[in-house]
Amino acid sequence: MDLALAPETLARWQFGITTVYHFLFVPLTISLAALTAGLETAWVRTENPKYLKATKFWGKLFLINIAMGVVTGIVQEFQFGMSWSDYSRFVGDIFGAPLAFEALIAFFFESTFIGLWIFGWDKLPKKIHLACIWMVSIGTVLSAYFILAANSWMQHPVGYRINKEAGRAELTDFWKVLTQDTALTQFFHTLTAAFLVGGAFMVGIAAFHLARRKHIPVMRTSLRLGLVTVAIAGLLTAVSGDSLGKVMFEQQPMKMAAAEALWEGESPAPFSLFAYGDVEKGHNTVAVEVPGLLSFLANNDFSSHVPGINDVNKSEQEKYGPGDYRPNIPVAYWGFRWMIGFGMASFGIGLLGLWLTRRKFLLPPALRTDEDEVPNLVLFRQKALSPKLTKWYWIVALWTLLFPLIANAWGWIFTETGRQPWVVYGVLRTADAVSPGVSQAEVLTSMIVFTLLYGVLAVVEVRLMVKYVKAGPPELTDADLHPPTKIGGDHTDADRPMAFSY
Amino acid sequence: MELHDVWFVLIAVLWTGYFFLEGFDFGIGVLTKLLARDRKERRVLINTIGPVWDGNEVWLLSAGGATFAAFPEWYATLFSGFYLPLLLILVCLIVRGVAFEYRAKRPEESWQRNWEHAIFWTSLLPAVLWGVAFGNIVRGVKIDAHKEYIGNVADLLNPYAILGGLVTLTLFTFHGTVFAALKTVGDIRVRARKLAVGLGVLTAVLALGFLLWTQADQGNGKSLIALVVAVVALVAAIGAIAAGREGWSFALSGVTIVAAVAMLFLTLFPNVMPSSLNPAWNLTVTNASSTPYTLKIMTWCAGIATPLVLLYQGWTYWVFRKRIGTQHIADA
Ligand code: HDD
Ligand code: HEM
Ligand code: HEM
Repeated sequence: MDLALAPETLARWQFGITTVYHFLFVPLTISLAALTAGLETAWVRTENPKYLKATKFWGKLFLINIAMGVVTGIVQEFQFGMSWSDYSRFVGDIFGAPLAFEALIAFFFESTFIGLWIFGWDKLPKKIHLACIWMVSIGTVLSAYFILAANSWMQHPVGYRINKEAGRAELTDFWKVLTQDTALTQFFHTLTAAFLVGGAFMVGIAAFHLARRKHIPVMRTSLRLGLVTVAIAGLLTAVSGDSLGKVMFEQQPMKMAAAEALWEGESPAPFSLFAYGDVEKGHNTVAVEVPGLLSFLANNDFSSHVPGINDVNKSEQEKYGPGDYRPNIPVAYWGFRWMIGFGMASFGIGLLGLWLTRRKFLLPPALRTDEDEVPNLVLFRQKALSPKLTKWYWIVALWTLLFPLIANAWGWIFTETGRQPWVVYGVLRTADAVSPGVSQAEVLTSMIVFTLLYGVLAVVEVRLMVKYVKAGPPELTDADLHPPTKIGGDHTDADRPMAFSY
Repeated sequence: MELHDVWFVLIAVLWTGYFFLEGFDFGIGVLTKLLARDRKERRVLINTIGPVWDGNEVWLLSAGGATFAAFPEWYATLFSGFYLPLLLILVCLIVRGVAFEYRAKRPEESWQRNWEHAIFWTSLLPAVLWGVAFGNIVRGVKIDAHKEYIGNVADLLNPYAILGGLVTLTLFTFHGTVFAALKTVGDIRVRARKLAVGLGVLTAVLALGFLLWTQADQGNGKSLIALVVAVVALVAAIGAIAAGREGWSFALSGVTIVAAVAMLFLTLFPNVMPSSLNPAWNLTVTNASSTPYTLKIMTWCAGIATPLVLLYQGWTYWVFRKRIGTQHIADA
C-alpha cells in the first residue's frame, strides 16, 4: 500500500503521538518522586504520622503514574531504529551514547530501587527505605538529563565532524555534547517545568479534599507543599525559559521568528499577543503587539534587531541550497503561546493560593486555623472569602492540575516542529531520516496500534488515579508505624502476610 | 582484541543478562496458567518477581541502547527490518508492565482475572518471539548492499527460527518453574518441582535439536564447547530439581541460558547480522560499529556501571530472599 504522503509523514505523526504521550507521565514522575521522597524524609525526621500518610498517598499515585511512563518509554527506545533507521545510521555514533548512558545509569537505578521501595516497607529499616526513594528520584533526574542532552544535540549539534566517506556524523567531543548551553538550559527548563506539574497536581488534589473537608491534616500539608512548589517552580520556569529563548534566538532564529510570527526583521522588534496571517504571502493580516519586548527577550536590549522569517529563510537558502526552511508557523506561534499561557496561569493561581492560605503572616488571629481545620481563604486583611468564592477557588485549583501538563505538551510540540525541516538542525533533514525499508502500511499499522492501545490505557490509568485520589490517604497500621530495624525484616512470625503485595 | 570486539562481547553479555533474568519472569508469567490453581497461587507467583521484574527488563533497554551506541548499523537494520515482530513485542511489554502494576489495584475479580490473562499472553509471546528473532539473526536474513533488510515477515517464520522460538519458550518456562520452586513454600513448591522435571525433558529435546542444527549449519570449535556446556548444564539442572536441589538447579538452568546465548554469538562472530543474499553484504563488527572514540567512552561507562548494577540488583534479590506462600497473601 502506498499512500499519497511523504514517506516521513506517518513516522513523524507516530513519533509525535508516542512522545507527547510519554511526556505526559514523565514530568509527573520526576516531580512526584522528589516530593514523595521529601514527605518520607519529613516522616523519618519528625515521626509525625501525618507525613507517613501523605507519603503513602502520594506514593501510590506516583506508582500508578510511573508504570505508564516506563512502558511508554520502551517504545521510545526502540522507535529510532524502527522508524528512523537512516537517522540512526547517520547519528548513532553520537546520539547512541547518551541513550545508552541513560539505560545503564538512570533506568537501572530507577527500576531497581523502585522495586525495593514498593516491596520494602516491611523489609528495610526506615532510613534505608527512604534512601531507596531518593535513589529513584536521582534516577529520574539523570534520565531526563541524558535524554535532553541527546535532544539538545539535535537542536544544536556540537562536538562532531561529518565523515563523508562513511556518510555519517562522528563524535569528537562527548563532553561538549553533555555540557553545551543548549543541554544545560533545556535541562533546567524541563526540570523546573516538571516541578510545576507535580506542584499543581498536589494543589489540585489537596483542594479537592479540602473543599469536601476530608483528610484535613494530610491535605493541608500537601496543599502547602504543592503551593510552594508551584511558586518556586513557576518562577524558575520563567527564568529558565527566558535563557532558553535567548539560546534559541542565537541557534535557531527561524524557530523563534516563527514563534512570534515575525515575518520581516525589525529593530526594535515587538512581542506579539495575537496574530493572524497568510503563510503563502508571508505576512500577518492582524497583529496585536507590545513594542520592543521581543528585542528584549532575544538580546536583553529593547531596541536590538531581530531577524524575521523571510530573512532567515533567505539566508538559509543561501547556505543550504534552494528549499523552504520555514516550519509550520501557526503551530510554532500558538504552541509557544499555549506553553507560556497555561504554565503561567497555573503559576498565578498558585501564587494566589499561597497568599489566600497564608498562616500567621498578616492574618488576624480570628481567621487563623489549626492543623486539623480547613484553612480560611483570606484575600484582604479582615475577612475570609465568601463560601461561594471559596468554593470557586477550590474548583479552579483542582482543574489547574491539568495546566502545566498542557503547557509541557505544547512546549515540546513547539520545540520539535519548530526545528523542521531539520531533524538535526542544519545537518540532517527529517525527510532523509526515515527507514527506507519500512512500508507505509507497516507504519500505519503501528501508529494505529499504539494510538488505540494508548487510548485504552489512558482511560484505565485515569480511572485508577481517580479511584485512589477519592479514597484519600490510607489508615496506618501498627506495622506501618513500626518499620523493621533489620534488613530483611525482624518479625518472628514467618507466616505473616506481606506488607504490600501485587 | 579491538574495542569493537569488546563491544560484541558486551552486547552478548547484556542480552545474556536479559534472557537470564527476564527469562524466569517470562516463565513465571506462563506458569500463572500452567501451574497456579487458584487466584491466591497466581498472586504468589506474581509476587515472587514483583520487586525485580522492572529491573530485569532494563537489561533489554541497555542491550538496545548499547547496540545503538556501539553498532548503529546493526541497531538500524535489525530494528527497522524486524518492524512488525518488534511492534508485537513492544505491545506485549507495554501491557505486561501495566498488568503487573495495576492488577491488584482493584478488588474486583473480573479486573484481576483480565490482567492475569494479559500477564500470561504477554509473557508467552515475547518468550517465543525473541527466540525467533535470534534464530533469524544467526541464520542470516535478506540484507542488501545498503544494509537494508529487504525480506518480509513471512521470511522470518522459517522452521529453524520457529524452533528457536520454541526453545526460548520452553527454556524460559523451565527456568521460571525452577525459580518458582526456589522462591515458594507449600503445595505450589512441590508441584513446581514436579512440573519442572517434565518441562526440562521437553526443553532438552528441543534445545538439543536447535543447537545441533546451529552447530551443523554454522558452528565452529568454540561454539561446540558452548553447546556441550549448555546441554550438560540442562541435564544437570533437571537432575538437580528432581533431587530437590532447587538452588543448584536454578544456577544450572542459568548456565544453560548463558551457554546457549554464548553459542549463538560465537557462531555469529565476526558478523553481527549476516546477509543470506551475499556474504559481502554481511553486517560485521567492523562495518557496523561506531568510531573508536565513541566505543572508548562507552567502555568507560559500561565498565563502571555494570558492576554497580550487578551489585545493587544482587542486593535486591538478597533483601527479598524469603520464600513466599499462599499464607503470606492477605485475603483480598
Ligand atoms: C509547564 C511548562 C512550561 C512553562 C510554564 C514554560 N515552558 Fe518553555 N518549554 C517547556 C515547558 C514550559 C517544555 C515542554 O519543557 C520545553 C520543550 C523543550 C524544552 O526544553 O522544554 C519548552 C520549550 C521552550 C522553548 C524552546 C526550546 C527549544 O527549542 O529547545 C523556549 C524558547 C521556551 N520554552 C521558553 C519559555 C518561556 C520564555 C517561558 C515563559 C514563561 C516558558 N517557556 C514557560
Ligand atoms: C518528551 C519530550 C519530547 C516530545 C514531547 C517530543 C515531541 C515531538 C513531536 C511532536 C514530534 C513531531 C514533529 C513533527 O512532526 O514536526 C517529534 C519529532 C521527533 N522528535 Fe521529539 N519530542 C520529545 C523529545 C525528543 C527527544 C528527547 C528526542 C531525541 C532524543 C526526539 C527526537 C525526535 C525525532 C527523531 C523526531 C522525528 C523527526 C521530526 O519529525 O522532527 N524528541 N518529537
Ligand atoms: C524520545 C526520547 C525518549 C526516549 C528514547 C525515552 C526512553 C525511555 C525509556 C525506555 C523509559 C523506561 C525506563 C524504565 O523501564 O525504567 C523511559 C522512562 C522515563 N523517561 Fe523517557 N524517553 C524519551 C523522552 C524523555 C524525555 C524528554 C524525558 C525527560 C525530560 C524523559 C524522562 C524519563 C523519565 C524520568 C523516565 C522514568 C519515569 C517515567 O517513565 O515516568 N524521557 N524513557
